[in-house]
Order: sequence, then C-alpha cells, then structure tokens
Amino acid sequence: MSAGKLPADRADPLQHARSPNRTFGPQPPGAQFEVVGKRSRKVDAAGKATGEARYTDDLALPGMLHGKTLRSPHPHARIKRIDTAKAEALPGVLGVVTGAEMPVRFGVIPWTQDETALAVDKVRFIGDPVAAVAAVDEETAQAALRLIEVDYELLTPLFDPAEALARKDVVIHEGNKHGNVTKEVLLEFGDPDGALARSDFVVEDDYEFHGTAHAPIETHVALARYGSDGVLTLWSATQIPHYVHRELARVLDLPAPQIRVIQPHLGGAFGGKSDPFSLEFCAAKLAIKTRRPVKFLYTREEEFYAHRGRHPMQMRFKTGMTKDGRLTAVDSKILIDGGAYSSFGLVTTYYSGQLLTGPHDLPNYRFHSTRVFTNKPPCGPKRGHGSVQPRFALEVQLDRLAEKAGLDPIEVRRRNFQGAYTTTVNGQRVTSNGFDQCLAQVEAASGWKARRGKLGRGKGLGCAGSMYISGTNYCVYPNDMPQAGIQIKVDRSGLVTVFSGASDIGQGSNTVVATIVAEELGLRLEDVRVVAADSDLCPVDLGAYSSRITFMVGNAAIHAARKLRKLVQQAVAEEWGVAPERVALAGGFAFDLEERARVVSSAKAFHLAEAKFETLGATGSYNTPNLGGDYRGGTIGASPAYSFTACVAEVDVDLETGEVRVPHVWTSHDCGRALNPVLVEGQIEGSAYMGFGEVFLESHAVNQYGLTTRPNLLDYTIPTALDCPEFHASIVESLDPEGPYGAKEAGEGPLHPTIPAIANAIHDACGIWLTKLPFTPAKVLAALQAKAKADAASGGTRGGASGGASGGALGGDQGGKR
Amino acid sequence: MLRLEPFAFAKPQTTDEALALLARHGAKAKLIAGGTDLLPNLKHGLYEPEVVIALSDLAELRGVAVNGAGELEIGAMTTLEEVERAALVRARAPGLAQAAAAVAGPTQRTMGTLGGNVCLDTRCVWINQSHFWRQSLGFCLKKDGTVCHVVKGGKSCVAAASNDTATLLVALRARLTIRSAAATREVAIADFYKADGAMNLRLAPDELLTRITVPAPAPQGTWSGYAKLRPRASIDFPRLSVGVAWTTQQDGTFADATVVVSAIAATPRVIAGIGELLRGRRPDDLAALLAAGEKARSVVTPLTNIDGDPQWRRAMVPVFVKRSFLAGARGGA
Repeated sequence: MSAGKLPADRADPLQHARSPNRTFGPQPPGAQFEVVGKRSRKVDAAGKATGEARYTDDLALPGMLHGKTLRSPHPHARIKRIDTAKAEALPGVLGVVTGAEMPVRFGVIPWTQDETALAVDKVRFIGDPVAAVAAVDEETAQAALRLIEVDYELLTPLFDPAEALARKDVVIHEGNKHGNVTKEVLLEFGDPDGALARSDFVVEDDYEFHGTAHAPIETHVALARYGSDGVLTLWSATQIPHYVHRELARVLDLPAPQIRVIQPHLGGAFGGKSDPFSLEFCAAKLAIKTRRPVKFLYTREEEFYAHRGRHPMQMRFKTGMTKDGRLTAVDSKILIDGGAYSSFGLVTTYYSGQLLTGPHDLPNYRFHSTRVFTNKPPCGPKRGHGSVQPRFALEVQLDRLAEKAGLDPIEVRRRNFQGAYTTTVNGQRVTSNGFDQCLAQVEAASGWKARRGKLGRGKGLGCAGSMYISGTNYCVYPNDMPQAGIQIKVDRSGLVTVFSGASDIGQGSNTVVATIVAEELGLRLEDVRVVAADSDLCPVDLGAYSSRITFMVGNAAIHAARKLRKLVQQAVAEEWGVAPERVALAGGFAFDLEERARVVSSAKAFHLAEAKFETLGATGSYNTPNLGGDYRGGTIGASPAYSFTACVAEVDVDLETGEVRVPHVWTSHDCGRALNPVLVEGQIEGSAYMGFGEVFLESHAVNQYGLTTRPNLLDYTIPTALDCPEFHASIVESLDPEGPYGAKEAGEGPLHPTIPAIANAIHDACGIWLTKLPFTPAKVLAALQAKAKADAASGGTRGGASGGASGGALGGDQGGKR
Repeated sequence: MLRLEPFAFAKPQTTDEALALLARHGAKAKLIAGGTDLLPNLKHGLYEPEVVIALSDLAELRGVAVNGAGELEIGAMTTLEEVERAALVRARAPGLAQAAAAVAGPTQRTMGTLGGNVCLDTRCVWINQSHFWRQSLGFCLKKDGTVCHVVKGGKSCVAAASNDTATLLVALRARLTIRSAAATREVAIADFYKADGAMNLRLAPDELLTRITVPAPAPQGTWSGYAKLRPRASIDFPRLSVGVAWTTQQDGTFADATVVVSAIAATPRVIAGIGELLRGRRPDDLAALLAAGEKARSVVTPLTNIDGDPQWRRAMVPVFVKRSFLAGARGGA
C-alpha cells in the first residue's frame, strides 16, 4: 500500500525515534495476530450493559455526607463579604468551605493557573463556584446554600470577545499582562502573502463556530474520604487522575503520597473532564474538615456551568489555489472566545493553527490566533480540541476554490495530498499517511462519481478531509519521565493483571491494553484483567486527552509484555530443550512450532518461568521522540503520528423550511492499524455523530445577561436516533512505524471533516455557502431566499456559484462585484 | 441531581376521594397525572405544593369509548400512548392520534396522559429553568417576579401553550368534563383556556378534569390532521403547533374547516375565516391550503418566549398549516 512505503529520498523517520524511544514496529509478536484485529467485545461491555459497572455516583460510604455548591448569580462581580454562620448553624450541616480556605490557583497548564476551587475575591461568570456545604443529605445541603450571605459589588460584564479584546478598562483577570487576552499566537511559514498574490484563485471569508458542550451522560461527580491513616482518597469522574492528584496536593497542601485518586467507570467525557474541577477540591476539603466521606454530584445545569466546551471562534480565512488545483497558501486570523478561565486555552490557541498543515500539502501558511477572556463559562478541550473550528473554515474554502477552478472537490484534495513520510510547513513530522485511500473509500462508498449532481432538487454530496494527533510530545508539565507506563503481574492461575494508568472513558482503552497484553503473552482476552486509573496501584499516565492512549499506553503495554514474553519463551524452550524461537504463545497455550503435539497451558508456562527466574512481573513505558519545529510553540501539535480522515456527507435540504436532513455520512479513517475494528468503527461513528449534532442542533449559547441559555438536555438538543444519518464507517490501515503494531488514533480525528462535508454538501444541494454555525433552518432558509432574490436580479439561476448574503451565508463572488 | 422540595403525597383510590382532597387542599395541592411535566417543574421550583395528589389509581378516568351520540369519550387519565394507539381514535379523530404521538418521546407517552397534556402549564424560555437560573436573571411575571423578559415593559405573561393535543382538540371542538366535590360542569375546550401565560386554565383549585369528549360522529365524518415544528424528531415541545379539522361535501371539496395555531401565546389560536376561505376548494389544492396558511400567518406573532428565530417560526405557519391538512388527508398516526 502506498501509505506504508518510505520514499528513498527521505530519512528513516524512526532513526531518531528509536534511540530514546521504544517502538516495536507493525509486526505481530508471533507468526500472526491472534487477538489484535479481532472484533472482540469490550472487556467492560457486559458489566456496563447489565448495570454491574460501578460509576462514581454508585459508590456510597458509611457516614457519607452530600455536598452542594453555591454559585455566583452574577457574571462579573467582586465578593465583598461572605457569611456562612447561618448555614453552619443549620441542623444537619457538618461543614462549609469558602475560597479563602483554598486560595491556591490551579490549572492543568502550569503557566496559566488562574482558577481557584471556590471564588476568592471575584466571580467571573454566572455559575462560578463561591462556597460549598456538606450535610447529611442533599436537601439539607441545598437549604444551607440559601443561608449563605454573599455581598457582591457588580462589575461590568464582557460577553463579546471583540469587546473583551478592545476594552482596557474592564479586566476579567487583574494582573494579566495582556488585558483580557489569554494567549496570542502569530506564526508564519513560507511566504503566504507572496503566494496568495501569485495565486490564480483566492477566497477570503469570515467563518464562525458557535460554542458547543460535551453533554456526557454522567455529570461531574466526586467522592472523598479522609481516613484515620491520614490518607485522602478521591474517587472522581475525571479523565486526568494524575493531574487531579498533583493539583489536590498543591491546593490542599497535603503531601502527594497521602493522596489516592481513583477513577471509576466513567459515563462519557469527550474532553469535558480534562481539568481539575471545583467539586474535587471541595469534596476533599470537606472530608478533611468533617472527617466524614463527602460526595458531590453536579446537576445537569452545573455540568453546563463547569463546561470546558468547544471554543466559539470567529475566523477570517484567506486561501489561494492555482488553476490546476494546487493549494498555495492559507492566511488565517482567529478570535477565540475563551470564557472566564484559561483551562487548556494556551493549547487551544496553538491547535487552532498548528493542526491544519495536513493532509493537504500547504506550502505557505500564516495563522494569527487570539484567545480572550469573557464572563462566560470557561471553554476547554472538546473532542478534536482546537482544530475542529478552523478545519471547517479551511475545508469549505477548498471547495470554494475547487468550484472556481472547475475541479471536482475530491480530485482537488487528491491533488494536494501531502503523502507519507514528509515534514509539514510548520515542521511536523508526518509518518504513515493513508489519506489518499480514505478519499478513495468514501468516494466509492458514496457513489460520488455516479451520483453527485444527479440527486435532484435540494439534494447534494459534499466532502472534506482532516488530520489529527496521536498524542503530542508536548507534556503539559515539563519533565523527562515517560508519558505512559504499564505494570504487569502474573498469577499462578494463569491470570495476568495489567496495571494501567490510562483512563478508560468509554473509548475502550482498557480493552486495548488487554488486547495487547493478550497478544504478546499468547492469552485469550478473558485471561487478562486490567486495573486502571488508581494512583496507588497504577503507574502514571497523563490522561485521556489528545488521543494519546492507544499510541502511548499501547506502546508501553507492548514494552512490558514483551519482556515477559521473552522470559516465558525462554523458560519453556529450556524445559523442552529447543530454541526459544520455536516456542509459540497463543490462545492460552505455549507450543512447539515444529512439534505441534508439544504443548502446555499458559499457566504451566508461567510456572516454568517463575521457577526459572523469579516472581513474574514487568514494567513498560513510552515517551515521545523529540519532535516539532524549532520555534516557540513548535512542539505544540507535534505528534509521533497523525491520523487522517476523509468524509462524504449527503444532504436533503427542505427548501420550504430550511431544515436539512442528512441521510448518509461516509467516514473513512486512517488509524494505522485497527487493534479492534469494532472499537475503531465505534469511535468513527461517535465522532461523526457528534459533529453532525454540532452542525445543526447543539449550541452552547450564553444570553445577553450572561446566563447559559440552554443548561439542560431538553433545550440543549443532542440528536436522537430519529435525527441521525446512517453512519458508514470504514477503516484504512496505513501501519504507522512507531504506533503499537502500527496503530494511531481514532477517537477524535473522524469528527473534523463531518462538519465541512455537510456544509459543502449543502452548497452542492442548493448553491448556498453557509459559513456560520450552527446551520439552523432559519439561517438556511434566509440564505436560500437571498440566493433566489440574487438569481432573480441577475436574470436567471447561476447554479451553485452565487450564494445569498444573509443569515451566515456568503454572497456570491460575482454578486459582490456587480 | 436537582432535588424535589418536600411535600405530602396522597394517592386517592376513587375520583370522589380525589375531589374531596382537592376540596380540602385547593391551591395548595398539585395533581400528578403522569408527572412528565410536573416533576421537572417541581424540581425547578415553579410550584411549591404542600400536597401532591396522584391520580394514577383512578381506573375510572382511563379508557376510550364512544357515547350514544357517537362522540369519543376519553378519560383524562388515558395515557398519550393509549390515545395514539386506540383504534377508535385513529378511525374517528386521526389528527388527535397524530397529536398524541407528537408529544415528547415514546417513554414519556407511556406515563403522560391526555388530561395532563390538556392541562399542561404554559412554557417560556425564561421560566422553565432552575430556581438558581431564574434568580440570577431576576424573577418574572409568571412566578415570583414583576417583569417580563420577552416583552420589555410587558404587564401580562406571554408564556406559550405548548400542548400538542390541545391544538387539535380545539380544532375538533372538544368538550371537557370538569368535576369538583360540589358540581360537575362541561365546557368547550376553547373556553377552557385564557390569554394569561401565568395561568392559562379556567380551572378552579378544587376542580379536576375527568373526561375529554370529542365530537366525531362517524369514522371519516370529520377529517383532522396535526403538524408540529420542532428541532428534533422526538422529545421536543413544539416550536409551532398546528391542528386542522374539516368536513367535506359530496364532491370532496371542503364544507367547513378549522385551523388552530399554538405554541405562540398562552392559548391555542383559532384562525377566523378559514371555513369561508376553503369552502368549495379541494383538500389537495395546495394553493388553497397555503392561502389558509397565509391567513393564519397574518394574525399570529411568534415571540422569543420559545426557542427558535421568531421570524422564521412565523414564516413556517403557512407551511405547517398546509402540512396539517396533508397529514389529515393522509391519515394514520
């Protein structure tokens, strides 16, 4: 396959990867894969399906108290006074805590720590936590909140990011060097201005991405116990137990060894549980204060205030192309609405530019991204962090340019394919790249060539492509230690227990770890149990974000398991008096490849190894090679491997109402190697589903008073089964040289192209370019009417080229010159 | 999760027992007929009842029958799913089956009742929120406050009737049987609603809706249809609710027709003059249907009380009037 070949003129990208790094190549450990690549059931599927699985809110401890959080009703105010005396006096209340008791600022990114567990002197959005109460039951805790008196001095709130950028008199974070700017990045590669000037076609338009939320089924929940041994245990619905551990130690001023963080089964996260949250500190603090276990369970409304959803972005994009369809340059300027706190915003700001330099060969590039604070719930990472928004703009512009050049949109993307084993204009090392095959798959599956343009009135097809990271070599706190670790213990029963730091947030990372260890040790999946995300038991993993787990923890798992594999093979070989290469491990047995009758169970093989060597166990780890461009920020977005996705969407626009039905979405994703195709397909479908919802239905809006407009799942409309397209997922396996058995990410990449593919399909269907998300029927209808008016004025229909000029739609280019 | 404030709970075994409880507690009581709307509203602090009276054991209020006059009699506690599926309803008032099927999602319809939907409280984007949310904003006219967030300076509440079945029942000229411990009365459903979003029901605190009577003289005698605008194909309350009913002459043309538009203001709105407009036209005459729709559009004014662009919702009125007629002509639920 084309994607797996290394061009002769390129240096072997693994040369520099091998030395500091442990990679094992795409080959199976034995003659063929026995577990990897099979459509196995998730290891926790039955427990979750039957209700056996214990989520954090299922946990209850003797004497447990219930916590509740008092929140700010004002978007921007100074706290003049808090009086908790009446609340503390209420029978049934055992503890109250305010910000003054936990003034240490925290945040995942060490340079932008600007949150406190509870507001210390200011509140910055409606819903900002101010005080917390622990009581014998939730009703009493709720009643106590009403007894807490807070005097506020109201300050001018800022809701519009452009205003926040301009205003110097209102500063949301005093002491911030740059007013309300949380991060500004301007990077230029090549000669974008010159290239644009020389381009045959240039388009320049404004795009808008509204805010969206994660809407996981499980809201935030945390349970803390402070034991008589002085150990604080926190069970939390988090996807970053390691960072929670670190921040708890700092904020509570407790020695880290006295803290244990456990992440039970998680009911969805999608990036929304990637920060430490107020309730984790409050549960811990109140457990310490009351010496009773304390649980906080956020309401759905509180989940919307905790937020960290996808950033709203206002994006001006200018893109050039040659007559034969080659991309010449992109110049973007992006204003990012960060909400009240930094969260991962530094990374978001970089990602909004750094992740656009593939799969299309982009020779000249400038991006200028500015994130500002506003008095709204803080934005953060959501599936496809930072790059979903600009990807929408870029892929729509590609289609606009394709139209100008008179070229098929898929053909344009094919002509611009950057290829495998290359370096992008911003210095990112690209290894395997199967995007061309992804394109071919969706082109064939959708019947693109035969059907496009022939579907009838209001119906159309659109395509888009994208890339995403498989983890990043930018570790959020600088250190030289591995990014991922695995520990394996072998029982004499034949059971192998794997201790994994990774957070299984539903994506199936425990299944991936079990799959790899079973493969290496020749076991059945059910012979491997995974203990995960418990700081007392498991080695450190940095968390479930940046699509890093399969790649990094997967490599760590191979590293650990292969050590054991060698010991077992050696012990059995010595027992039989044969060479170790003759000992195969598969299916729960060790057998002689040459004399198949010679066979022992895996348990027996483990006994031989334990007798010969010592108690069996192994550790493994993974760290990224040094990657990225040699400039400030060059490592952000640098990944050991990139996944690639192509998507075709089919739409059916109701010309009477502006409602858009999407009958089909075809998504083809290059995940390197599918360690479990069912899990990969699930991620592809789930991603496409989420992107589809963001196009039409989901909108995390904040109204003119600073109130989250739709803080519940009745108003925040996520698509139901009836609304959904038929999702068609297909897999391209480009076999990455550094990924575990060649695997790359699958959890976030496939979301990206869904949105622009739908936008492009709407243009194909009815000739309007929609540039402002979400595509509400009102906007679609307004654009259709504007186009009809423009067509009438110009004396006839113009086909697809001229769009309407209202409701978030672009005017036709001819229209502008008329 | 959001917690319910404490209240006493009563589960009468007979209607008379329920009426006696209502007579005793009056405005301090809330009835729970299915709870799919009451419970979220209670959690949001929209009501603060001392006692909640459950009607679930009142089997006598459940079921669909035809009376001597050939009218459908539907017990108020008949679930929406039962209404949707009842052969009698589907034959004689198919639009009502369509409207019942359009309420919320399938799980809610197994609990929610026709009586509950008829008595559904009005809705507004500024009121159906938690106590915290409403407090942050400043309480409004509908509860605890004096201002309207929809109409600046407004003095009366404009929360919108959002009950799918009411739209159609008004179109069908249904009658409601309302009982109290002291008396039983019957009222035309159109007169049951009043133009006050704060409380749009003409229902005394000691009264109970027990039966909905739908004039449906014979199968196919009256045509009816329902169309609902909503963001998703399930779950959502209407952004626009249109019910139509009509009779035909021998030649298949309209004899009379009624169009009702709701999810606009506190009451379902009967559009005047539709009968005259459509008489003699054919039900598949799309231009005629759109003309009826234009007439409806000219008299309704969607507000920001309901999510969704008001101008667009207004533009959708003719489309959904047309679609209601087409749904009625097509039949089925």
